[in-house]
Amino acid sequence: MDKLLKPLTALGKAEPLRETIGPWELVERVDVALASVAPRRGREAEVSAAAAKAGVPVPGVARAAEGEVFASFWLTPDMFMVEAPFASHEDIRPKLLAILGDGASVTEQTDAWVRFDLTGAGLERVFQKLCNVDLGAAPEGFATRTVIEHMGCYLIKRNGVTLYGARSMAGSLHHAIHLAAGTVA
Amino acid sequence: MLIPHPLLGPRDAQEFVYLGDAALIDRPDGADIPTMHDYLYLRDNPAGEHRELWYHEQGDRSWLVVTRNTVTHEILKVELARDVARAKGRSK
Repeated sequence: MDKLLKPLTALGKAEPLRETIGPWELVERVDVALASVAPRRGREAEVSAAAAKAGVPVPGVARAAEGEVFASFWLTPDMFMVEAPFASHEDIRPKLLAILGDGASVTEQTDAWVRFDLTGAGLERVFQKLCNVDLGAAPEGFATRTVIEHMGCYLIKRNGVTLYGARSMAGSLHHAIHLAAGTVA
Repeated sequence: MLIPHPLLGPRDAQEFVYLGDAALIDRPDGADIPTMHDYLYLRDNPAGEHRELWYHEQGDRSWLVVTRNTVTHEILKVELARDVARAKGRSK
């Protein structure tokens, strides 16, 4: 039985991908739990106050925010994504509901996404090939939704770049990044 | 063309999808058939200022009401469609 029911990464492997392309390092992250939070209309301030009290940062428009345990990034008006360590927060939805009560809709998102972290100098060159975001002009902590080769992604400029894409397209997204980085490495 | 998104600043028009006349917000719910027919099929085609609905498909996926001059392509005003709709008492 010990060979069955092994968790696989979004790329179908037993271990997360880690590779070096030119000056850049690409790491697949599987240690992050995710949930989206949408405050109900008229209760935004109440949700922000409850979140702040419990150490859940609420991001500004097109920004990412970091707390001690929780981090978050902006998705769209009145919705943001909360990140937390998977090991301690696999059940992130009930944990957030306990903090936010019924003031917000909380949806677990952990297994919907593949996350790639890219680090190294000159990442602007890669993202000039990949998407519309002007990474060089964007401030640290910038977060936006964008499209890479027809795939909707969330891009966060945070100690390099964090990229969330649909888990079902993990292979295609990795291929796009690998190819673009290879041409400008 | 750049569209100055009210939240995100100037974004390339390539990121947006165009729907059409912003009068679509004023759906005459419960109206008689001729009124509904006019709402569905009749559009003005002004040479000049036009209020239109644009969708930020490759961005935050918000609907915008863009006031644009169809002759010069100058963009005069951009609002979040939900603000426009709520100001008219819709989407309660």
